[in-house]
Amino acid sequence: MKSLAELQAIKDKMKNKVILREGTNDIRVVVGMATCGIAAGARPVLNALVEEVNALGLMDTVTVSQTGCIGICEYEPVVEVFEAGKEKVTYVKVDVEKAKKIASEHLKGGNVVAEYTIKA
Amino acid sequence: MKELSLNILDITENSVKAGATLTEISLCENEDTMVLTITDNGSGMTEEILKGVADPFYTTRTTRKVGLGIPLLKLACEQTGGSLEISSKHIEKFPDNHGTKVSATFYKNHIDCVPLGDVVETVKTLIQGHPDTDFKFSHKTENGEVALDTRELRQMLEDVPLNTYEVIKWIEEYLREQYLEIQKA
Repeated sequence: MKSLAELQAIKDKMKNKVILREGTNDIRVVVGMATCGIAAGARPVLNALVEEVNALGLMDTVTVSQTGCIGICEYEPVVEVFEAGKEKVTYVKVDVEKAKKIASEHLKGGNVVAEYTIKA
Repeated sequence: MKELSLNILDITENSVKAGATLTEISLCENEDTMVLTITDNGSGMTEEILKGVADPFYTTRTTRKVGLGIPLLKLACEQTGGSLEISSKHIEKFPDNHGTKVSATFYKNHIDCVPLGDVVETVKTLIQGHPDTDFKFSHKTENGEVALDTRELRQMLEDVPLNTYEVIKWIEEYLREQYLEIQKA
């Protein structure tokens, strides 16, 4: 059985990393999690992004966070990518597969997946 | 909403938005019913706002004039023959014990009862998005209880954020293991 004591080990492991990480996250990924987003499938999209960012080793450069209604409910799930010095990218009608591709091609590779953006 | 766990996620977001530092999500099941209670210590609502929350044309959002969170939960429980109750104490009138309590009763065996779905994903998502507020989750069934209190986790983790990937994974496994135990029983 898992016990709370295991968190002690996680804490010890993370302690050094936390210091390194501060202020190094320069890409911010935001998922709309209002009623509209949740009903359209934002929860699995968010969790896929969290998993992929970790699997691709992007924890130090990418932060995944949540927001309320972005205002374009008919395009949910919506994922916005903010990067310092670059124009915001808005991905629409995202699902788990699209989220994985956005993680590998855009967040890791630096290439916007144009076909999934609101402009496409 | 495809699963009740998504309604739970949606309604709990309101608690966080109301400035709650602690939100308790409780599911209590017996043979026929399941009672969902979400209790927070957020700013609460005035009596006037409280009267309007079940109205789809009432919302706190500024991007649209329609709010479906509470109406969808009300529909989900009422279509099983159950009911929704909301009580709230507004911060202006109750500076020391303000907050909101949403309580929904479902008749589980009714054909129109939406499945509960994956509550673990909901708890994970809430903590991932709001690592600085506390959540107490409890799911009581006739076979036992699944429980998690982020205040206990925080005590162990000190300044390591709750939305650290390793912590979120631990929370998931911790809850899934408890669900396995009560399913075995």
